[in-house]
Formats: sequence, C-alpha cells, structure tokens
Amino acid sequence: MDAATFLVQCLNSLQYGLLLFLVASGLTLIFGIMGVINLAHGSFYMIGAYMAYALAPFVAGTLGGGFFTTLALGLVLAVLLGYVLEWAFFSFLYGREHLQQVLMTYGLILVFEELRSIAAGDDVHGVAPPPWLSGSLPLGELMTYPVYRLFISAVCLVVALAMWWVLARTRLGMKVRAGATNREMVQSLGVDITLLYRVVFAAGVALAVLAGMVAAPVSSVYPGMGNQVLIICFVVVVIGGIGSIRGALLAALLIGVSETFGAVLFPQAAGVLVYVLMALILLWKPDGLFRAGS
Amino acid sequence: MSVTRSVPLALVLAGAATLALWPLAAGSYGVDFVTKTMIYAVLALSLELLVGTTGLVCFGHAALFGLAGYAVVRLSPPDAAASIFWLLPASVAVAAAYAAFMGALSLRTRGVYFIMVTLAFAQMAYYVVHDTPLGGGTDGIYLAVKPVAAVGTQVLLDLGDARTLYYFVLGSLAMVFVFLALLLRSPFGRALGGIRINEQRMRATGFSTYPYKLAAFVISGAVAGLGGFLFAVKDGYVNPELLSWHLSGSVLVMIILGGIGHLRGAVIGAFAFALLQEFFKSEALFGTFSKHWLLGLGLTIIASVALLPRGLIGAGALLGNRLRRRVGGSL
Repeated sequence: MDAATFLVQCLNSLQYGLLLFLVASGLTLIFGIMGVINLAHGSFYMIGAYMAYALAPFVAGTLGGGFFTTLALGLVLAVLLGYVLEWAFFSFLYGREHLQQVLMTYGLILVFEELRSIAAGDDVHGVAPPPWLSGSLPLGELMTYPVYRLFISAVCLVVALAMWWVLARTRLGMKVRAGATNREMVQSLGVDITLLYRVVFAAGVALAVLAGMVAAPVSSVYPGMGNQVLIICFVVVVIGGIGSIRGALLAALLIGVSETFGAVLFPQAAGVLVYVLMALILLWKPDGLFRAGS
Repeated sequence: MSVTRSVPLALVLAGAATLALWPLAAGSYGVDFVTKTMIYAVLALSLELLVGTTGLVCFGHAALFGLAGYAVVRLSPPDAAASIFWLLPASVAVAAAYAAFMGALSLRTRGVYFIMVTLAFAQMAYYVVHDTPLGGGTDGIYLAVKPVAAVGTQVLLDLGDARTLYYFVLGSLAMVFVFLALLLRSPFGRALGGIRINEQRMRATGFSTYPYKLAAFVISGAVAGLGGFLFAVKDGYVNPELLSWHLSGSVLVMIILGGIGHLRGAVIGAFAFALLQEFFKSEALFGTFSKHWLLGLGLTIIASVALLPRGLIGAGALLGNRLRRRVGGSL
C-alpha cells in the first residue's frame, strides 16, 4: 500500500467512523438516559436518507432553496417525528422490561420499512451531492478524493463539537449527564423528566436523520439500509460503554478504521473483523471502554 | 390436581392431539406450513430455556440453528442418503459446540452487554458461512439426498416424504417439550429459575452460577441445533439467512408474543407468529396490499406490547380481571 492509498483509506475510515458516531451518539443517549433499547434507531437513519432523496426536488422546485435548506427542513421534520414517536410509542415503555422494548421497537422497524416501501418503492435511488461539493481533490499523482466525503467528515465534526458544548457547558447538558448517571435522583430534584426524555429522544432522532441525509449522496438510498447501520451502531455503543458519548466517538473511529482497512487487507474476513474486535474488547472490559457516570 | 395446573395440561394435550390429526385433514400446503411452524416452535422452546427460565436474553440464537443446518448439508455424502443415526447427533453436536464457545465467553458479561455479545458471536458465524468457501456464499447450498433412518437395507423412516417428516418433526417437538418440562422440575431447572430471579442470592446460598448458566446455554444450543437439523432436512437447502439476526429477532418475538416464562408460551408464540404472517400475506384478504404484509405484522406486534404485556398466555387472565372489575364496578 503506497502513501496515497493509505491516505485515502485513512480519510475513508475517518468519514465512515464519524458518520457512525452521529447515529450511535443518539442511540447511546437514548440507551443511557432513558434505558430504552431502541432497535428502530436504524430506521431513523433510513428515513433521513429517504428525506434527502425526496425533499431535495421539492425544496429546489417549490421553495427555491438549496442543500442547506433541505437539511434544515429535514431536521425540523426529524425533531417533530422524534417528539411524536416518544409521546405515542415510547413513553409507556420506560417501566417495562428490556424485552418488551425490544419487541415494540422491532415492530416499529417493520412498520417503518413497509411505509418506506409504500411511499418510495423498493428500488435503489442515487442522490446527487450539491454541485459545489461534487468535485474531487487531487491526492499524489494518480489518486483523487471526492470533496463531498470531506464535507461529511466536516459536518460530523461540527456536530460532535456542538454536542460536546451542549453536554458539557449548558444547563440542559448538565441535566442530561445527571440523568445518565442517576435517573431517580434527577427526578426527585424536580427536573421535568418527561420533557427531558422527549427532548433527548427528539435530539437522538435528529442526529440519526442528519446522518442519513448527509450520507445519502455517498451510499445512495436502498431498502434495508437502516438495519445494516443499526447493528454496527449497537456494536459501537456497546464497545464505547452505554451512555458514553466519548466512548461512542472512540469506538466509532475504531470500527471505521478496522472495517475500512479490513476490507482492503483481508477481504474474506472483513465482515467478521468488527465482531471479533467487539468480543475481544468486551472480554477485556465487560462494561465497554467508558461507562457513563464512572 | 388443582384447576390452575390441569387447565394448561389439558390445553397442551389438546394441542398435541390436534397436531397429530392435522395431516388427515390438511393438504400438502397445510402439512408443509405446520411442519415449518413446529420447527420454529422447537427453536422457540430452546430460546425459552435461556430467556424465560434462566433470564439470559440471547440475541444470536439463529446462529446455532443455522450452523446445525449447514452441518447437515456439509456432512451428508453427495450421492447417497445419510443415516440420521449419525447425522442428527453430529449436527446437534456442532450447534452445542458453538454454543459452548459462545456461552463460555459471553457469560462473562451481563444485561444489555450480554444481548450484544451473543449477537456479535452470531454475526461472526453468519459472516463465516457468508464469506468463506465453507458456506457457499449468499446463494446457500443444497442437500443432495435427504437422510433416512435405515437398519441394514430396510428403510424405517424416509424424511424425504412430507408426512413422515411431519410426524418426525411433531415427535421431536413433543420430545423437546417433555424434556424441557422435566428439566425445569429438576433441581437443575430450579437452580436456573433461582438465577433468573436473584443470581447474587443463588451465589450466596453456595451455587456456582457460571457452570449452571453455561450448561443451560449448551442444552439450549443443542435443542436449537435439532431445529436446524429439521429445517435443513425439510427444505433440502440452507442459506446464510438462517443465521441472520432477523431470525434471532423473530424467535425472540415469538416467545414474547406467546408469553415469557411458560414452555407452552413458546409454542403458542411460534404458531401465532406464523399465522399472523400467513394472515397478512393473504392475497384473498388484502389484495395487492398483501405484499406490504410486514406493516400489519409490525402494527400487531406493537399493539400486543401495548395491550398484552404478558403475552398471549396472559391474555386470558387479563380478560378475566377486566370482566371481574367491570362486574364488580356495576355492583
């Protein structure tokens, strides 16, 4: 592997890892704070990607807006969706066993997948990146690297920083962190836990939808895309330690590197590699790399 | 015998009798459908031992099922029928061996981590059959000749025949059910129940819980392997989807739908799940919309979580309570 190929693979790992982080951070927040195993989280990623596919022509035609208008509209819809879903389906799950949550969210996966099939069909669709991001940068003498992938990494980094700022520096973030550490205590101190849950859930949905929207031009949109991401994101959450944003970031980058380089170096074992990594890490640290609150 | 115990027993016996008489009434599609459902019931029972009895939520059970299926196809000679006398134990042993490996490592973790580690081990197995020459890739592999039970040249059971296979599967299901029912009543089964309720306390009373949990995992894996054997023999074909997390998820749905904590719940759940699928897939009822059958299934699952927190088994009791309350309120 020469230097340019190596650099390209590094950039790909970074981009893939950061994208995983965006989805997984919402999952780990919902997991850590509300104690809900949300199998439907991958569906939100899928919904995001289909939003990018469906909203872009509408925004360009009717509203006359561009790429960022589409993103903004998608995010507003995502927050609304998250808010309503939490109210309708999740709010009565908190006291229940994990198994009931697994069953409920499994049902939601099926519903979302079929609604997608009814609304958008079962074909694979490409999504064009905005024209001003569709070029390539030269790398070395022979290789080029698409600008849009760099843009994905940049968006993810900005969101990660914003998340860090909200969680570490604001009052809301303080409540969220406290909620991840000791839910009952936060509740008994008079924090409106219902509202907090709803906000966290909506934020989690928005993160997954955002990831889907920015990923769509690279991955294209296709049936079942959410489930693939879901399983990998669970691996990220568990390796990182449930409820830990820091852990999710580190784990997502780790998975990004091992999957990207695995596919190049050991194509036959690439699929297994991530799971071997996860098993090894959990045997070494059964609670993941960082556990929230410790 | 008290009423509370004799009612379920009567239910189980009535169910068994119905299944035994079914091929007399049903056509080949009906026989095939119930055969498949009974195989899933065997798989659901094996998972019930882990989830309902021991409190270990395994999200990778399909791997054990699928590996046994692959073992059937890979171990069968390409040009002659294998004897089930060695093929059945061999494929069950493959599943039990992987269960021992998977259990020994994943039992070091607990809770949500356990769920995810079992999933990880299942995904490993999935990618091994999916990506290596051992498994034959996405397309799967065919079983050339279905196995028979033969003594000398006298063929006792030809599993290539649909009715023979039906009764063989029914017999296997009944045996697994009775075996697990006896196991749960044994001191070993009681210890597993204790571990589910309070593992700390079991340890304090002097039980070394790890070997118990591992034994439960291996037994469960062997039973799942029996299911995988039956499935491979029935279809004569295996593909990586047998090991996929979708199947692991579906089996979990079956036992939760039926009612966790009861063996009959697993069987009822397997049948309810299969019937729901048939119902929503029916073109006669839903026309062209039947291709979106997963929507109806998903909504039913959500409704069942909301309305039947204890599964179908708990439905009777729930209904009774409601009625009693309503009658009580009107007085």
